Amino acid sequence: MPFAEMIAYLPLILVAATAIAVMLGIAWRREHAVTVAATVLGLVLALIAQAFAWRVIPVHTVLLNFDGLALLAGLLILGSTLACAILSHAYLESFHGAREEFYVLLLCAAAGGLVLAASQHLASLFIGLELLSMPLYGMLAYAFHERRSLEAGIKYLILSAAASAFLLFGMALLYAQTGELRIDVLMANLDQNVGIWGLAGVGMMLVGLAFKLSVVPFHLWTPDVYEGGPGPATTFLATASKVAVFALLIRLMLSVPALQGDWLRAVFTWLALASMLVGNLLALTQSNLKRILGYSSIAHFGYLLIVLVVADGLAAEAGGVYLITYVLATLAAFGVVILVSSTAGGDDAAALHHYRGLFWRRPYLTAVLTVAMLSLAGIPATVGFIGKFYLIALGVEAERWWLVGGILLGSAIGLYYYLRVMVTLFLAQPGMRRRDASNDWGMRAGGLVVLGISGLVILLGLYPAPMIELARILP
Amino acid sequence: MILVWLIVIPLVGGLLCWQIERLGGKATRWVALITMLAELLISLGLWTQLDFHLPALDGTQTQWALEYQVAWIERFGISFHLAMDGLSLVLIALTSFLGVLAVLCSWNEIVHRIGFFHLNLLWILTGVIGVFLAIDLFLFFFFWELMLVPMYFLIALWGHSDSKGQTRIGAATKFFIYTQASGLLMLVSILGLVFAHHASTGEYSFSYQVLLDTTLSPTLSSWLMLGFFIAFAVKLPVVPLHGWLPDAHAQAPTAGSVDLAGILLKTAAYGMMRFALPLFPEASQTFAPIAMGLGLLGIYYGAVLACGQQNVKRFIAYTSIAHMGFVLIGIYSGSELALQGVVILMLAHAFSAAGLFILSGQLYERLGTRELGKMGGLWGRLGSLPGFWLFFIAASLGIPVTANFVGEFMVLFGTFTTAPWVVVIASFGLVLAAVYSLILMQRVHYGPPRGKTALRGLDAREFAMMLSIVALLLWLGVYPQPLIDTTESSMSEVQRLFAPSDTMQEAD
Repeated sequence: MPFAEMIAYLPLILVAATAIAVMLGIAWRREHAVTVAATVLGLVLALIAQAFAWRVIPVHTVLLNFDGLALLAGLLILGSTLACAILSHAYLESFHGAREEFYVLLLCAAAGGLVLAASQHLASLFIGLELLSMPLYGMLAYAFHERRSLEAGIKYLILSAAASAFLLFGMALLYAQTGELRIDVLMANLDQNVGIWGLAGVGMMLVGLAFKLSVVPFHLWTPDVYEGGPGPATTFLATASKVAVFALLIRLMLSVPALQGDWLRAVFTWLALASMLVGNLLALTQSNLKRILGYSSIAHFGYLLIVLVVADGLAAEAGGVYLITYVLATLAAFGVVILVSSTAGGDDAAALHHYRGLFWRRPYLTAVLTVAMLSLAGIPATVGFIGKFYLIALGVEAERWWLVGGILLGSAIGLYYYLRVMVTLFLAQPGMRRRDASNDWGMRAGGLVVLGISGLVILLGLYPAPMIELARILP
Repeated sequence: MILVWLIVIPLVGGLLCWQIERLGGKATRWVALITMLAELLISLGLWTQLDFHLPALDGTQTQWALEYQVAWIERFGISFHLAMDGLSLVLIALTSFLGVLAVLCSWNEIVHRIGFFHLNLLWILTGVIGVFLAIDLFLFFFFWELMLVPMYFLIALWGHSDSKGQTRIGAATKFFIYTQASGLLMLVSILGLVFAHHASTGEYSFSYQVLLDTTLSPTLSSWLMLGFFIAFAVKLPVVPLHGWLPDAHAQAPTAGSVDLAGILLKTAAYGMMRFALPLFPEASQTFAPIAMGLGLLGIYYGAVLACGQQNVKRFIAYTSIAHMGFVLIGIYSGSELALQGVVILMLAHAFSAAGLFILSGQLYERLGTRELGKMGGLWGRLGSLPGFWLFFIAASLGIPVTANFVGEFMVLFGTFTTAPWVVVIASFGLVLAAVYSLILMQRVHYGPPRGKTALRGLDAREFAMMLSIVALLLWLGVYPQPLIDTTESSMSEVQRLFAPSDTMQEAD
């Protein structure tokens, strides 16, 4: 294996090796803190390796294609996995039952995400997707003695399996049409001769991927799974998993001319509009923070689909920037939920009334959640505004007025529930003492991560140049 | 660099207030007061030192008295570009003066979470001052949106909930969604303008002066102009888009109402004069009759609805809508005289509305109600408060020797050459102004008294606040020349950019 390929594969190898090491370690001795330390160490090493991989891109192999997109997505996946791992430590401290296996699942899923984001072969695509999804079933149902968690896991398992079946069927059709499995070659063949089966194949693959992104009308699982899953698992699902799938979609759309036909754009336009409106409208009546975040992520991926509709000019850069902004804001929001839920076992503290008056007890933690909400709503001085700015710029540049209108309408509706969450935090607190973060949360690793992320949200919102430079390496 | 300080001082002052709360409420209030006084002194100092008579040299470059620029987001040619001319200076001085008043009038009203309250109050002012200084369109939008968040908190957390199910959170949310959604329309327009510029020159720029020269097709230009107009029209407010204003005023704390009526509404007029007209002159001229029509509608709508209000703050809010109708007419008349009248009218309305809102806050502190039905016969029970009330009522209906008279007169006089019928109809609106003003006075202070006991009169702080506003209104009403001199070159620049065809006709 040439040296450049070695370097490019290194992050993936490191993550996989850490997963194995942690698994063997657990077999030898159960020690929560050590397991977390090993996981974090492995992920940090992988992040460092990612920085080296930056120097050697692009590296093409048969299965994987390490280009700017794969690296940016890898960075986001590794970063959010790292945050999840540290937050899981806070979360699982009070968990009754085996804690250590969670990290094995987390690492496996991260490896799957890395493969998926870089895949350019139908085989690696499928392996990556399954490697990403399989551990997630386990993670979502990790608190299996809670009914909701088990329900979330099984729901995700069944629907995800159905989506995988669609994906496989689509792949089979494409293979039947072209006799190829390498995506670029396959699409080049398809370009000359699409045929009804080719179209059906592309459509079915899109259904499978759209399910993972919870794009309307494939979104039905989202709120229940978000609500039921343990905090860290949901966080991973909302960030790393979605980033990996969306990176794959960007790769497919931008690099393959055959996929830029008008009918596909029309489909994406409709999916985007439906997601923006349905996601935001359904979030209005929710009173559970995790469900609200679930619906909000539906809306955000609706906005993001504009990137795939335009697929030109600023598109890749806008997609990269928006993914960064989405991941940061989502991590901050879920981080707070995890910290507030971490002191006692049982269900997560996600109902809005748990957060009533949080500001007067935990001003800094509240500031983090406020910043996250403002960022998700796209208010200036937070990173979310830069993302929204990019997407509107993209829509205006490509003169996709319907989509621009959709973003405006969606944001206006979305404000209502983001503001509702925000103002709840500042209301007078009820007399009864409710769920709360531990007293020294700010001094612990999980607290520091959350504070750091919200700092980044503000910092990159005020000075986005580094983030833009990062996103500009996309094709 | 002093321009940056103007923004940084209230920003840091706000943070300081938040942290210093642990030393007690008094300390917090003093820090906030000193911050705003420093801001006021700086702007007054600038007023005496700078020369605002700089002519537009070659007719293509706008002249700023002070300018500050550093690169910000180079990818899109966005820079942190601040500049000050006479207009922005006057409005910044107004902002800091009303900021001082806002701190003073909450001295006894706000007793909970004092630090966080002043943080929000000062950050609103930061955003407003940023709006008045920014001449990079991205930066302008940045501040434009930024001032909404603290205003939202101010209404949502320290506001009042009516008995009729009007909640402060509802009002705050309405305010936020109205202004944020319309703001996004403006963002789309800004981006449309930038990409049009990019298409013709190949460069991204958000700079005001660069974008002034963009050539646009008439259709595109009118759509983009509409985006700006709607954003400003919501904030001004212009009648079909005014739904948030009465609720926000009725539910806001006194300081919030003072900021809202005194400053936030003025950012809209400022935005029209600074951006909407100069960037899209032809489209704005085509649109002018509609805008003036909306202004007329606002004058009558505000006046008629004011008469039927039961809540004193809603009452004043509707009179604001009527006054802003005159402002809108003046802005779109395209005559320099009317534009200068607009500046004076903006200041006059800021003072008189702030005065009335502060007085109704003081009434509430004494009576515990804002319902007009529970007032009446207060003259004689309240010391000098009704006297001040009468003065501000007179000012608001435009009695000579008050600044309102000068402003309205200049607006109507200046508009007469271009749109005589609008002036005729608007003048009848002045009659309605007298009607609603006197109704308000009558229902609050005259009539049979509801009780015999004397209520607490004004203390020194309240008296000083009122007296300073009265003095300013009288000064501008009697001798507005210094103000006109300061804003003259800015206004003639706006007029030149807005109406190039007219000036050419005059030259012929």
